[in-house]
Amino acid sequence: MSTPSIQVPASGDTARRFTPNRWRHVHERVIESLLFLAALSSVMITVAIVVMLVYESLGFFKHVSVWDFLTDTQWTPLFSDKHYGVLPLVSGTLVTSGVALAVAVPLGTIIAIYLSEFAPHKVRETMKPALELLAGVPTIVYGYFALLFVTPILQKIFPGLPGFNMLSAGIVMGVMIIPYVSSVSEDAMHAVPMHIREGSYAMGATRFQTAIRVVTPAAASGIIAAYILGISRAVGETMVVAVAAGMQPNLTWNPAEPAATITAYIVQVSLGDLPHGSLEYQSIFAVGLVLIIMTLIFNVLGHWLRRRYREAY
Amino acid sequence: MSDANINEIRRLITRHKRWDKLFALIGLLAMLVGVATLAVLFIDLLIDGAPRISWDFFTSFPSRHPGSAGILSAFVGTCLVMLVTALTAVPLGVAAAVYLEEYAPRNWVTDLIEINVTNLAGVPSIVYGLLALGLFVYALGFGQSILSAGLTLALLILPMVIVATRESIRSVPGAIREAAYAVGATKWQTVSDHVLPYSTGGILTGVIIGLARAIGETAPVITIGALTFIAFLPPAPIKAEAPFVSADWLFAPFTVMPIQMFNWLSRPEEAFQINAAAAGVILIVMTLAMNAFAIWLRYRFRKRIKW
Repeated sequence: MSTPSIQVPASGDTARRFTPNRWRHVHERVIESLLFLAALSSVMITVAIVVMLVYESLGFFKHVSVWDFLTDTQWTPLFSDKHYGVLPLVSGTLVTSGVALAVAVPLGTIIAIYLSEFAPHKVRETMKPALELLAGVPTIVYGYFALLFVTPILQKIFPGLPGFNMLSAGIVMGVMIIPYVSSVSEDAMHAVPMHIREGSYAMGATRFQTAIRVVTPAAASGIIAAYILGISRAVGETMVVAVAAGMQPNLTWNPAEPAATITAYIVQVSLGDLPHGSLEYQSIFAVGLVLIIMTLIFNVLGHWLRRRYREAY
Repeated sequence: MSDANINEIRRLITRHKRWDKLFALIGLLAMLVGVATLAVLFIDLLIDGAPRISWDFFTSFPSRHPGSAGILSAFVGTCLVMLVTALTAVPLGVAAAVYLEEYAPRNWVTDLIEINVTNLAGVPSIVYGLLALGLFVYALGFGQSILSAGLTLALLILPMVIVATRESIRSVPGAIREAAYAVGATKWQTVSDHVLPYSTGGILTGVIIGLARAIGETAPVITIGALTFIAFLPPAPIKAEAPFVSADWLFAPFTVMPIQMFNWLSRPEEAFQINAAAAGVILIVMTLAMNAFAIWLRYRFRKRIKW
């Protein structure tokens, strides 16, 4: 057997190839630093959001006391008799989000259980992307749908319902966030190991019993994450409520009434020509800060719940 | 266990199995609610808006007369804003994802960045509008321009691009990287010559879904002060005299499709609401087409690549 011959390059050549190339090293370091800066930019965005909201809000709170802001029951910055009580905007936001969740949570959860535990593979693979298209429709189109399609239908069911109301906006918003709830919950249920289901079937449980008593509790942490995502979307949703819920701040818990949400107020002020640095200009940052704090509270709550219900396999 | 006992258990299971069928029906109905809404929404828009969609609708400026108003300035505005968004979000997002997947050491800085990306995805879009109003429009002095809007939407879709790119990079097997290192490639050569080309499909899918979202975003663009009535086009990017290219269009006032639709929708005259429906049809077709293209792309790439 002949020994395989290895082509050895001329010695000078080899030496050059194997000496550490300093330029090459520098080049790598430069690229790594650039990539690091790109990754850091996301942190910079968060910092910028917080700094901007807090800075402009501080200017706002020089003119309006925090106590008035949190307890006054009227929000009329665009009238001559100015009141700056954020409660009406918060109530509008909570009511529309509540209606949306009342639609999205039951439907989304049922869809998730169905797709994960009942539907044949083919149905699951086609219906999941089809439902996700619901989330891809521009929100302004949902606004049109709420104002000119859902509201007239609701007015036939409930005569006397005003043309702008939180009910219609909330229902449409609920349909819009179904895919957020169903998709994330379904992923969580799908991740529950098969042997847990098999254990349940072996005890004589039916599909439905397994889905409700075994799979759903096991996936609870992921399902809660899905609900929190839905709440975040509902609280921050803008165009549907700006178009269909009316823009008058109104301290009420009745979904049949028109009201403004935090986001609708920001849109309303932005549509006018607002002078930089005026109190109206600063007020949208102040309510924006409230919006961020509300989403933050929901997220922290969700994080805590998820930890409580987490099950590891 | 006696026979009678077993029979009783059998009967019990049979009885419980009725719930299976019932729930399967309820599940199917719940799903139909979602899909049917999508269909009704589209058909409703189409019935209201289809008569207005014509060539003139695309080539006319907005007007006080609903019959002769069109979406030319809004359509051009949307295209230019998307150009700025894509050119900003894609390099930044892909670079960030490459760092997080291939370079990042396990330490608190990396953890901070990762948590941050997740949280950014949950920030309401209108808050990005507030940031952009303070930062781009006033602090940096870009004004209420195409550049400001493009950058705003780029920030908005950045988390989506980062997440999609990371998933795509993660699915490239480690053996490919080891093979590259074995023949003496540096880390960057490995990433740029192997990892990135193999994950193009996933990255592209994420970018297209992100852009489809950005096209429909109204709130942040209203916040930075897009005008609702624009009867002119931004200056052309190419000029007859030297230096032939011009960046003036970046600083031009603008409007985009969803804002045009919002403007028409908030008018009391019914004729304008028909225009809004027509604009809505075009908007929905654009976003759904982009989403469908992304799904097709994902499917195609998944089928073609076999490790």
